Amino acid sequence: MLAVVETKPASVEAKPVLRVEGLKAYYQMNYFGVRREVRAVDDISLTIKRNEIYGIAGESSSGKSSLIKTIAGAITPPLRVVEGSVKFDFGGKELDVYAERPAMKAARWKHLSYVMQGSMNVLNPVRKVKHAFHDFAFKHMGLSEQDFRARVESHLQRIGLDPRVLEAYPHQLSGGMRQRLTIGLATVCEPEFIIADEPTTALDVLVQQDVLALIKEVQQRLGSSIIFVTHDMTVHAAIADRIGIVYAGRLVEEGPTIDVFERPQHPYTAHLIASLPRIGDTKKRIALPGKPPNLADPPSGCRFHPRCPLAIDKCTRENPPLVPRQTGRVACWRAGEVEAA
Amino acid sequence: MLKVLRDLLVYNREFAIGFVLTVGIFLFALAHFWAPMPDSAIYLLPPDMPPSAQYWFGTTSRGQDVLWQMSSAIWNTMLFGLTVTVISRLLAVIVGMVSGYLGGRWDQFLMTINDTMIALPNIPILLLVYFVMRDSMSWPVLAATAALLGWNYDARLIRSVTLSLRNREFTRHAVFAGMSVPQILVRQHLPYVMPVIFFTAMNNLIWAIGIEVTLSVLGFSDVNRPTIGGMIYWANQHQAIIAGIWWWIAFPIIAVVLLFLGLFLLAISVNEYIDPRSRLSRMGA
Amino acid sequence: MTTLLELDHINKDYRIRGFLDRSTLHAVKDVSFSLEVEKPEIFTIVGESGSGKTTTARMILGNETPTSGHLRFMGEDVAAIRSRAERLKFMARVQPIFQNPFEAFNPLTTLDYFLFATAKRFLGLKDQANIEAATDRALNHVGLSLAEVRGRYSHELSGGQLQRIAVARALIPEPKLIVADEPVSMVDASLRMSIVNLFRDLRDTLGVSIIYITHDLSTAYYISDRVIIMHRGDVVEAGDAKTVLGHPQHAYSRALREAVLPPDPVAARRIIAQRMASAKAAEARQPG
Repeated sequence: MLAVVETKPASVEAKPVLRVEGLKAYYQMNYFGVRREVRAVDDISLTIKRNEIYGIAGESSSGKSSLIKTIAGAITPPLRVVEGSVKFDFGGKELDVYAERPAMKAARWKHLSYVMQGSMNVLNPVRKVKHAFHDFAFKHMGLSEQDFRARVESHLQRIGLDPRVLEAYPHQLSGGMRQRLTIGLATVCEPEFIIADEPTTALDVLVQQDVLALIKEVQQRLGSSIIFVTHDMTVHAAIADRIGIVYAGRLVEEGPTIDVFERPQHPYTAHLIASLPRIGDTKKRIALPGKPPNLADPPSGCRFHPRCPLAIDKCTRENPPLVPRQTGRVACWRAGEVEAA
Repeated sequence: MLKVLRDLLVYNREFAIGFVLTVGIFLFALAHFWAPMPDSAIYLLPPDMPPSAQYWFGTTSRGQDVLWQMSSAIWNTMLFGLTVTVISRLLAVIVGMVSGYLGGRWDQFLMTINDTMIALPNIPILLLVYFVMRDSMSWPVLAATAALLGWNYDARLIRSVTLSLRNREFTRHAVFAGMSVPQILVRQHLPYVMPVIFFTAMNNLIWAIGIEVTLSVLGFSDVNRPTIGGMIYWANQHQAIIAGIWWWIAFPIIAVVLLFLGLFLLAISVNEYIDPRSRLSRMGA
Repeated sequence: MTTLLELDHINKDYRIRGFLDRSTLHAVKDVSFSLEVEKPEIFTIVGESGSGKTTTARMILGNETPTSGHLRFMGEDVAAIRSRAERLKFMARVQPIFQNPFEAFNPLTTLDYFLFATAKRFLGLKDQANIEAATDRALNHVGLSLAEVRGRYSHELSGGQLQRIAVARALIPEPKLIVADEPVSMVDASLRMSIVNLFRDLRDTLGVSIIYITHDLSTAYYISDRVIIMHRGDVVEAGDAKTVLGHPQHAYSRALREAVLPPDPVAARRIIAQRMASAKAAEARQPG
């Protein structure tokens, strides 16, 4: 069994806004006798503090999007929660996502909202923008029509949008403006927790920094917590307070962003950071050998061992637990030797 | 192939029911080759006998055994339906894929023909063919005519599938791999078109059987060759309903309903099996 | 010096037919550059979406015809290619790599079908043993072998492996030029460098020139010899990659260069803090 040791913060501070404990969520499928079980989220425990941006980094099919779907309580079969719990703490009231469905439903958008990759998924192309605000937020705010409109307008102004966009159709706006709008939409109820799923991936390079600055600004003003998912390590470097690295459905490393970038403890993290090209440097970057693991048939022991330059015999047999180390947590039998390598 | 059949039978209830129904009706139809009397003979048996141990489904007013008549009738009707379906599917696939993939002038030309044919009314055309051909009219000619009328909508459907496939990156890649147009169509696009073919085949078969029944009931076919429609035609001629000879009409209708049901269940379950998305899920994508 | 590829004042316009009006979109405006046979290089076209970089790639591959200007490959005008035989001859020397490796191969057919078809058509091989040998040779160039690929479907391999197989397929006819349109934007970070490094190796060992089309300045800097930066159809800056990307002169290239986040938390945070400050300043200037 995997023993997960919780890192206790040194000082007694406000209760964390999210606690995920031993979470396992699997895709269980059965097609004409072909049974498949994909362990997309495999025993993940993490806590997210108030007023922090927690970055989740991982490659395609590492399970990072299944993880946030499970956290949001937005899973549909074949993805099922097999074990573990997801608990939010909204205004001092604990909310178990999978035990209290109606309460969870009421908390959506008021306490917990989303910013997604394609703004067009949120904005209906044939309806004016104001309808989106009305649909998503009106019933949560408990305001009259006039007051609601005034609130939305002042909110849009604060995030740098002309309130006239409310009368526009989504296609009349640029990609950057649409993404601003989706951020506006997600934050108008001043939620305590925001899930941001690759919010900058589909944007043009030139507006990416502005959108990141906006997310950070809104987060600081509202004091919300954000779980920020992207495969792009440079985005994490720019915005995340802490990052968790997901590999093959497991959390392999977690820590303050600066420490993770400067002193990665896990060989996979070390590789991810070392392989980032930078302008002004043409030193040859080495690519990882092998291929990402198949979650339907993951490697034994540490799931990274077939591609790991430091793998020893023990790695092929025993799964390393995620244990505290320096300022973060790491799951590697040879964590101490990573820096030297 | 056998393994696929076994998987489908074990894991898909619709397929199992459809398979049992269709195979049962097929065996029943096949049995007419061993019938104790020729299917065209009349007044060989006592007429108007109700179902009994001797004549399971009774006898007709023309002194025929309903059981053996039905066996031949289902065989002939299915033969007609399948002929129409196979010919019209071939036409639909060729026209749809060529039109969708080549586009431009080919597309305009083929779709003009296609849309003109859609506008033509089926039954009057078939009646016209019947009156023109009159003496030389046989079921293959009728089947060919029906097939020529039965591919248009499906060609449009297949064209739209091919049109979207043409813009996929793998098609561009296939062109740069030097594949010829037939290679791209058959090897790269056909697997995606297959479900459309299967599903429309089902509709088409039902439509063809319906056409055959309609024409036969009206007497516009070779009425001496037993078919489901032909049986109903003779039953009407002898006013079977009024005379209380219900078994002459009820059993052929039950048989045709069971056949439709069986084929329908087969089509939907096979379709689910060969659908690219389900196929990819089984392959583990 | 023999010219491999020459773009001579290429323009491409698209007619946009609206509901009531017609307008013209100038997708590519007056683009000229040339590549030499004797000097294989990685030539990079940098631009955002709508910059005309993909249209340029499609014209080089002969999938689009320039509205004006000449596009010559080994001295022959690409637009003049008409017959299938000529087209095949051209395709044998200019091969593409596509953006999404999962889309580049049909998910329902085995990967080797693409490889064998290429060997059969372009090398004129009939015998299965020869076809397999040629395929295996090409796969060896990208660090794979036929044994690893035979009978496999695209979902069984990673994006990086698929993209390497796509490169191997493009190498079978022994082309002089490879046009790669955003070849790593859909490939995972841990595998991205294997593709980028592969391009370097191909240039150095096989003497293949590569036109690398990307929006990512970091990998462009890492592998390119020369670069052009495109913005709304115009080439705004061109020249040696290290100079242009290291010290951009044009206002647009400088903006692009500044938009690249450094893979370093301290520096990246400073950039975001600056952006936040300037957004606040802008807000203060024009009170609601």
